[in-house]
Amino acid sequence: MKSRCGRLAQFAGAALLALAVAAGGAGAETPKKGGILKFVVPDEPPSFDGHRETTFALIHPIAPFYSVLIRVDPQNPASTTDFVCDLCTEMPKAGDDGKTYTFKIRKGVKFHDGSDLTAKDVNASFQHIIFPPDGVQSPRKEHFQMVESTSAPDDETFIIKLKYPSGAFVPALASPYHFIYSKAVLDKDPHWYEQNVMGSGPFVFEAREAGAAVRGKRNPNYYHAGLPYLDGFEAIFAKTQSLRVQAIRGDQAAMEFRGLPPKSRDDLVAALGKDITVQESDWNCLLIVTPNSRKKPFDDKRVRKALTLALDRWSGSRDLSKIAVVKSVGGIVFPSHPLAASKEELAQLAGYSSDIKAAREEAKRLLKEAGVTDLKFTLANRAVDQPYTIVGTWLIDQWKQVGIGVEQKMEPTAPFYATLENGAFDVALEFNCQSVVNPLGDTSKFLPNAGDQYGGFKDPELTKLYDAMNRTGDVAEQRRLMRAYEKRVIDEEVHNFITFWWYRIIPHRSYVKGWKISPSHYLNQDLSMVWLDK
Amino acid sequence: MYFYIFKRLTLMIPTLLGAAALVFFLMRLIPGDICTLRLATGGGSINPGVVKACRLELGMDQPILLQFWLFIKGLITFDFGRSMWTGRPIVDEVALRFQLSLQVAIMATITAILIAIPLGTISAVKQNTWVDYLVRAFSIAGVAMPSFWLGILIILAILITSKALFGSPWMPPIKYVPLWVDPVYNLSMLIWPALATGYRYSAVATRMTRSAMLEVLREDYVRTARAKGVFRSLIVRRHALRNALLPVVTIIGIEFAFLMGGLVVTEQVFNLNGLGKLFVESVSNQDYTMTQALVMLVVTIFAFTNLIVDVIYAWLDPRIRYSR
Amino acid sequence: MATISHPGDEAALGEAPLRPSRWQLLGRFCAQNPLGAGGGLVVLVMMVMAIFAEEMTRFDPTANNFGDMLTAPNLEYWLGTDQFGRDLYTRIVFGARTALLVGFVSAFAGATIGLILGVASAYFGGLFDLIFQRVMDVVMAFPLVILALAVVSIFGTGAQNVIVAITIPFIPRCARVVRSSALAVRETPFIDAARACGFSHTRIVLRHMVPNVMAPYIVMMTAAVGQAILIEASLSFLGLGVQEPTPAWGLMLRGGAQEYAESAPWVAIYPGIAISLAVFGFNLFGDALRDWLDPKLKV
Repeated sequence: MKSRCGRLAQFAGAALLALAVAAGGAGAETPKKGGILKFVVPDEPPSFDGHRETTFALIHPIAPFYSVLIRVDPQNPASTTDFVCDLCTEMPKAGDDGKTYTFKIRKGVKFHDGSDLTAKDVNASFQHIIFPPDGVQSPRKEHFQMVESTSAPDDETFIIKLKYPSGAFVPALASPYHFIYSKAVLDKDPHWYEQNVMGSGPFVFEAREAGAAVRGKRNPNYYHAGLPYLDGFEAIFAKTQSLRVQAIRGDQAAMEFRGLPPKSRDDLVAALGKDITVQESDWNCLLIVTPNSRKKPFDDKRVRKALTLALDRWSGSRDLSKIAVVKSVGGIVFPSHPLAASKEELAQLAGYSSDIKAAREEAKRLLKEAGVTDLKFTLANRAVDQPYTIVGTWLIDQWKQVGIGVEQKMEPTAPFYATLENGAFDVALEFNCQSVVNPLGDTSKFLPNAGDQYGGFKDPELTKLYDAMNRTGDVAEQRRLMRAYEKRVIDEEVHNFITFWWYRIIPHRSYVKGWKISPSHYLNQDLSMVWLDK
Repeated sequence: MYFYIFKRLTLMIPTLLGAAALVFFLMRLIPGDICTLRLATGGGSINPGVVKACRLELGMDQPILLQFWLFIKGLITFDFGRSMWTGRPIVDEVALRFQLSLQVAIMATITAILIAIPLGTISAVKQNTWVDYLVRAFSIAGVAMPSFWLGILIILAILITSKALFGSPWMPPIKYVPLWVDPVYNLSMLIWPALATGYRYSAVATRMTRSAMLEVLREDYVRTARAKGVFRSLIVRRHALRNALLPVVTIIGIEFAFLMGGLVVTEQVFNLNGLGKLFVESVSNQDYTMTQALVMLVVTIFAFTNLIVDVIYAWLDPRIRYSR
Repeated sequence: MATISHPGDEAALGEAPLRPSRWQLLGRFCAQNPLGAGGGLVVLVMMVMAIFAEEMTRFDPTANNFGDMLTAPNLEYWLGTDQFGRDLYTRIVFGARTALLVGFVSAFAGATIGLILGVASAYFGGLFDLIFQRVMDVVMAFPLVILALAVVSIFGTGAQNVIVAITIPFIPRCARVVRSSALAVRETPFIDAARACGFSHTRIVLRHMVPNVMAPYIVMMTAAVGQAILIEASLSFLGLGVQEPTPAWGLMLRGGAQEYAESAPWVAIYPGIAISLAVFGFNLFGDALRDWLDPKLKV
């Protein structure tokens, strides 16, 4: 108990880091109305449909146009347990033994085309997400395996019934991708929202310039009184990182919402002084090494364990955090979440000891025992610098220290995923980014049958642990099961192992106020509370 | 003359068909598919039933030759279809980018001409003097420097100079606004890539001008004019330049064709929303229809530019016309 | 009877040879073409760097050393270190090896294949020539980066595939130039005479046509080396070329130029200078070679 309270305090402090280059404390300033926020987005989304896409590039330009049912608290977005209502009136308590949630929907909400938003629209949207009709793609459907049914008995009530109580349900419901669409439109054409935008959010869709930008203007009928403060926004697509940094520097854009590397932050601070404010936080993304358990010698768990033992994570974190967007050393759970392993618990897992020499000796011994000498393989990696290539280069050097020769093979995203799907790799460096911090749901990636698990192994024991963990409501029990699950994944069987958790650095122009950083670049992006102090 | 044009036009058809076939089959050789890619980019799990539905929707389950026939039919009827990645009509997606690429190409060509012709002429007239060496070194430097390096240095120079001069760094705009909407904004954005690209292309044109001028200056009629006592500069302007310009026109024309869709790296460095960037994206995304349409666009521009240049050449130089 | 005289004939007739010695030729070349000689020197230096890289450097080009990351040029690290703590001078010297390997092989392969195809096309003429020209047009019109991207997507990244990707666009360009020279040779009477004598096609092509188009072939090849180095740098910059941690100049620019241009400018400047100097040298040398061999050459 004591360690958990201590860690709660620690994460509250650590996660809300707003660094001290701001012009005077933020404090209680009165937000000014007006102005257009220009920001850069590293990529362009393929469509406008939040139910279908998984890329952050959809959230940044499009989320401001839509409302959601519940969301992470915009005043406290770093919290992993604090969820508030957007369209509902208050957060319900789970009835019926934790299996029924009844939401009361606000009255007087209008879509941008003037029609009313009712619980029936909420229901239609969640039906679209959880029980999609044929031909409609819904990648987050699997997060709702516990849902039995949804219904809207009248215009103000929305009810979700679960098959079993689950701690993963509420965080899954708060995902920023669950835009509320109009039932009338969905009935007419379930694909309409791919090419078109019509929501009820703080901003109204103004224009899209192909490949260039998306613009929105203030919604005068927004149901949260007094919001939004901005007159509008412009999301400019800029794929080159150095150009995004320079745009912020030259005030062609105020900020970027994904995350910039440490050196860019340093350059901006050096160049702009008090005109730039930096916010930093741990990031709900991690880089995972996945050996291909179908291929020799990676079917031998001693070889896999040797690979993880060779990595000096602690000094790697110290060094790489200076040049890449990685930092924290952790297990499979987000580092400052209550379910995460403490430092003592971590030190007992393979690859996390502070005595790297002993670990590397053990690695060499395991390789010899497995009969593998002079191991050489190719690391499949994504052709993106931050942080993939950089961590890949570091990995190669680390493995060299135990006599393993590795070459990197970088591929553009499409062929990379093809390689993963076809199992045509030796060892791959892949990632797992989630939006709302939801370890019970996020760790589904490590299951043998998960859609995004490429290791090619069988492990029914693991599935049993995961299911047990998700069906219990008792937090202490969840924690115990999580430790067992984690140990099995990265220490005993070493199906996958973790390199580092990412670290989010957002330098922004000091005149942008009202935006608080969260552990995920998918969260808190509706821009309703942002204002410009100029 | 007309027969020459007609012959060239008919010869273009197999070229275009060949390009169409090449891009069609080349794209389908690349492993992976657009449906998986769309769903995998967020790092989430992928439902195979959904991938199947997506493939069905995009017509990727049809036999290959049928897909090829549909593609060719679309080309002939000028119906370019929709992008597989965004689902929007290709014409809409390409229009804005085409505008930008065209403007940069024209500006770069003008820059190249303004640099190349005077420099090439001076270099030829003062052959083997230090002026000649300087010009040749200058123009080869343009070819030798990696364009992206030059672009990065330019942007950095702008930021640092503006900070020194005005106190706060100024950055060229990063979003395109058409020339007629806001000329100052537009030019302040596109002048830099035009300069960087124009400098590179001027190198080739300078060399061509120089060697063409050298040849012409050795001709008998120039020697006669000198013997008559005509001023050097008059000779250069009236006799030499006009004749020397023929091969230079060819080079400039061909280089212009390369500028449309070929400026991939420059566009990345300056964040230009042009055809090059669209090209790389559509290949990386495995967007077959878009890549095919873009390749056909670029190849057609290339073929027509070649034709126009050759026609001008033949028209200006009767010797070529009659020898065909 | 008309006689064709060759230098060295006098030697056969028993008089003192008039052919200048190799060194005299070299001297003459340098005097007439100082820029070309300078270019040749750069080429020579690069080749020495590529061959003797291990002897010329003290550090391991791929070993990480985070303790010394991003140090400015000093007595120990002559050109400074990059973000992984690797000595820049060492990586540039080893990078010459990658650049020259890719450059020479692609240029040689592209020019040679272009030579064969161009000569064959000119010699056989007719339908073969027509079809061949169309195919070359198609390959030339295809944007280079797209071709490279496709090759890399299909076969993967790495030096071999980069070489393939760069060789392909060179073939039609070399073939075109060689073809126009070969056409001129084709029109000469001694080709027809050789046919009349009954010599086989192969013999005529190899013995008579190819030697007479050596000048454009050599010039295209030297020009192609410079271009190949640049294209390789661009491809590495785009992430399509050789991969980390292999030292390659374009790759060094990709990592360095983007982020450290201001705080550690040496990371961005020196690889760029290396590329520019190398291409500069090859171009100058190639130009001088062309001027010397055949100034009327239109390449």
